[in-house]
Amino acid sequence: MKINDVVFKRKHLLGLKGVSAEEIKFILEQAESFKEVLKRPIPKVPTLRGKTVVNLFYEASTRTRISFELAEKRLSADAINFSSSTSSTKKGESLRDTAQNIEAMKVDMVVIRHGAAGAPHFLTHWIKGSVINAGDGCHEHPTQALLDMKTLLEIFNDLKSLRVAIVGDILHSRVARSNIYGLATMGAEVAICGPSPLIPPEAENWKVKIFHNVDQAIAWADVVMVLRIQLERQSANYFPTLREYHNYFGITRERLEKAGKKIKIMHPGPINRGVELESDLADDPEFSVILDQVTNGVAVRMAILYLLAGEVGSQSTGGTLKLICCGALREWIWGTLEFIWERSISISAFQLHQTLIE
Amino acid sequence: MFSFEQTMARKVKAKIIDEIGLKRTVIRLAHEILERNRGADNLVIIGIRTRGVFLAQRIINEIHNIEGKRLPLGILDITMYRDDFRERLKQPVVQQTDIPFDIYEKDVVLVDDVLYTGRTTRAALEALMSFGRPERIQLAVLVDRGHRELPIKPDYVGKNIPTSIGEEVQVKLNEVDDEDCVLLVESPTTTQAK
Repeated sequence: MKINDVVFKRKHLLGLKGVSAEEIKFILEQAESFKEVLKRPIPKVPTLRGKTVVNLFYEASTRTRISFELAEKRLSADAINFSSSTSSTKKGESLRDTAQNIEAMKVDMVVIRHGAAGAPHFLTHWIKGSVINAGDGCHEHPTQALLDMKTLLEIFNDLKSLRVAIVGDILHSRVARSNIYGLATMGAEVAICGPSPLIPPEAENWKVKIFHNVDQAIAWADVVMVLRIQLERQSANYFPTLREYHNYFGITRERLEKAGKKIKIMHPGPINRGVELESDLADDPEFSVILDQVTNGVAVRMAILYLLAGEVGSQSTGGTLKLICCGALREWIWGTLEFIWERSISISAFQLHQTLIE
Repeated sequence: MFSFEQTMARKVKAKIIDEIGLKRTVIRLAHEILERNRGADNLVIIGIRTRGVFLAQRIINEIHNIEGKRLPLGILDITMYRDDFRERLKQPVVQQTDIPFDIYEKDVVLVDDVLYTGRTTRAALEALMSFGRPERIQLAVLVDRGHRELPIKPDYVGKNIPTSIGEEVQVKLNEVDDEDCVLLVESPTTTQAK
């Protein structure tokens, strides 16, 4: 059996910014092993038996939520679903209070989707378990980018120098940001393309090519990642009409054929058919890898859950202590604890934790 | 990328099986498997990663030499089924399982290098069950070193080597270790790897 020494030591997965190429490569390798599990007659393994995962979804989701829930169940974890529409959030409970209550119920991991950027990071201060970002506002959606990279790796074998054009509403897209960070780390070339108001000013710092003409972007690219026009975030008239958006930026068969090369189409879903992507193109297996993305999503999320659950400091099965110390002190204690674990002294982390605080 | 389990220099107490001995043992195991199952008609061989796979491949080769029939090889990684997942300080890497055939109603011979606590075998049995319902499962090991913690008994044993807890059996195979032998070594004093 192989033992991983240093590659992946994170407690949380909050974003892909700052995640190294080795870590991403390792996650994707592990995902391949979990993908095999999904093909078995009984596609379930007992790996996370006894672990509890809460899926906190403050925003609507189909794929990500089902995908996470499936991944949790395939690993035999107990999955609890929370959606803001049917919870006490409706009665005005804050995220912090919800988090503290979940913490009091002894949960090992929290998967959170939230409309506010930074919500998962905020949660890490109130929860002892691992936090996985399943999309936070216009910030990051790391598991989506990982499954995109897994899908690309399966087609192209290598991400180095691969040209990926991300087309659409870059401004509001957490998928775009996570992919830009991740793909750049893996050595791919990334371009973004969209109407000027939907290209964020900070794009200048991203080391990406910027196109405002979709035909140029297609001519340049090996892969076109089409983003959904987020109708719920389009209050400020970024473009005149959906029809006009489709005419200028919609990905159509005609445009792809004009480029005269085999281009793969990805889409994080849900698709607005006939807006950002021509309907029949989405269903054409010659171009579209959209359903492969969905399949890989479960495998990648299993790998992430597995890797975070095995993290040394996350063994939160005993101990009733409430965290009362401030963030910095906590960081220091965890650092010390990790150091002690490294030295293989087998004291329960929480006994020690308690002692240190007392 | 393949850094197999730490084979750092440990004090070698004895060489228990040498290269030629190992070859003879594998041939005997192949004969025993064929004898017990009256041929190779319904057999499939599944090796447990890492060294069990190479041993399984060798047994398949010997069976081919004897019966003229090439049996399919399955590869099983049991990391996802381990019961010490939460106790380990370092994270086990999940490798791929590859069983390219249906085990339904087959006679499965599970191959591993060393049988010790029996926990790996338990995990492997659980893993196999998610692939279907085999007719029967038999266990073949190169070395049985005792100290069982579970009620598991091998069907085919290359060699019984009674050991003390402070000792470890190291199987070295050409495919990964550049030599063929079985060594009795002192186990590292700090963390005991099972």
